Amino acid sequence: MRVDLDIIQNWIPPQSRVLDLGCGDGTLLEQLGKNKQVSGYGLEIDPQQIERCLQRGVNVVEQNLDAGLGNFADDSFDTVVMTQALQTLRQPHLVVREMLRVGRECIITFPNFGQWKARWHLTFSGRMPVSDLLPYEWYDTPNIHFCTFRDFEVLCRDNNWTILHRQVVSESTVSRAFKDFLPNLFGETAIYHLTR
Amino acid sequence: MSTEKLSSSSSARGTAEPGSVGIVAPQSHTFSEPLELACGRTLRDYTLVYETYGELNADKSNAVLICHALSGHHHAAGRHRPEDKRPGWWDHYIGPGKPIDTNKFFVVSLNNLGGCHGSTGPASVNPETGKPWGPDFPPLRARDWVHSQARLADLLGIDQWAAVVGGSLGGMQAMRWSLEYPERLRHCVVIASAMKLSAQNIAFNETARQAITSDPDFCGGRYLEQGKLPRRGLAVARMIGHITYLSDDGLGKKFGRELRSGTFERGVEEQVEFQVQSYLRYQGDSFSTSFDPNTYILMTRALDYFDLAREYGDDPVAAFTHARCKFLLVSFTSDWRFAPDRSREIVDALMHANLPVSYAEIESAMGHDAFLLPNERYQRVFGAYMNGVAAETAGEVK
Repeated sequence: MRVDLDIIQNWIPPQSRVLDLGCGDGTLLEQLGKNKQVSGYGLEIDPQQIERCLQRGVNVVEQNLDAGLGNFADDSFDTVVMTQALQTLRQPHLVVREMLRVGRECIITFPNFGQWKARWHLTFSGRMPVSDLLPYEWYDTPNIHFCTFRDFEVLCRDNNWTILHRQVVSESTVSRAFKDFLPNLFGETAIYHLTR
Repeated sequence: MSTEKLSSSSSARGTAEPGSVGIVAPQSHTFSEPLELACGRTLRDYTLVYETYGELNADKSNAVLICHALSGHHHAAGRHRPEDKRPGWWDHYIGPGKPIDTNKFFVVSLNNLGGCHGSTGPASVNPETGKPWGPDFPPLRARDWVHSQARLADLLGIDQWAAVVGGSLGGMQAMRWSLEYPERLRHCVVIASAMKLSAQNIAFNETARQAITSDPDFCGGRYLEQGKLPRRGLAVARMIGHITYLSDDGLGKKFGRELRSGTFERGVEEQVEFQVQSYLRYQGDSFSTSFDPNTYILMTRALDYFDLAREYGDDPVAAFTHARCKFLLVSFTSDWRFAPDRSREIVDALMHANLPVSYAEIESAMGHDAFLLPNERYQRVFGAYMNGVAAETAGEVK
């Protein structure tokens, strides 16, 4: 299980209702169902991921997040989750706004483009960063809206969204050692827990 | 309830092509407990013809009911005779190793009441007059089919279906099952369907019915008594229907403007015939010799009348709060008769009602007919879901 998914589980109360945007293979919803009796749905557009969800018995609905969440009523979920999908959206800020309309709280994870490796790569090679976490070339990447932790927090402030928790995750030893000290430079993945 | 069986058989397994249920034979049963219908009338007794594939397990928990669409019938998989040119209408999806895996499930497929393939319908003899029912056969609604299917389940000793599955009009029956008998199914699979028809849909059905009733051989629906058959009207009805089941793209890819005969050459008067013309005529002609016109009228009316939420204050969410099962919804991108939006409405209502639901929108150029045709992604989605149903069923047995 991915570290970020572990942390997210801790922030979701038992027996609550969860909507998982870009739910991938359904791991999170499956775990939440087993460990916390959480019910909910995953939204996904990748056919292979949808099949993996179906095989697991996870409720998955084919829906494009860029088309909005207009089919969901206000406050219809306790928590709306979106892991590693923010940077793929056409209008990320509108989706976060929708997440906080549909759910009382939302949890968002995204890769930190301000991490030192990315900065290093761009500064010294003069080319867009390609890493294990973001293994795409600039022209074929599904990640079209990069941001740093600081960028995201500015977005939250401008919209009056309250940050309940923030956790920074790093895989490499160097980054792990410094991530609490300089998160925007050493954090690889951010997990934000927001409310209105 | 009478237990007399007109014929009895089980499927021959392990013969014919791999993935096929092999040679199958229909069975039939005459139910003598009167069936009260939605129209207020009562059918004193009636016969249902059905086929079964696979084996019912010891605790009778692996049964799957197939609900057929407008022109369907009980023969969904396998062949009646080795020399049959075509297998049952859903043979792509029912069989060993197929999405509805007959190694795991006991599949029941019937010809609905009002049909014309052996179950009691307008072409059957009305016991009160000794003549064919014809236009006097009671109008039916999806719920009447569901109630008669529940009697068939009783007969087979099935308290609860592992899944009730249907495409198009069959999907409507599956949804009705979830509301009428919430405790009697664990899964509801609704493919290329809708909670109600649109005005455009009703308009197509009405045009088809007008084609039949305006054929002079229709004789007010008493054509059997007159020794006639409104074949031309039924053929036109089928042609209209057929066009709407395909997509513009699908027809274009299949036929384009290709000619079957004739030429556009200057100075030649001979008329041209496009391939699509001859195809449609063939479809119409072959249908008109194998289907009962009154049944066609009855089935299209049942489609028109169906409105899942009518009696629940027109609120689909309120309707689905009565359901207890899990749902799979599937739609096809080029299906304009039962468009993906109609399926999404069902999915949204189910999510609002807090019921388990999954949904896939399958890329296809084949229009509404896509639900009957081979399609890799559709097969995988359907198979993955049904695998889950089978695993859950096996888990309960342990």
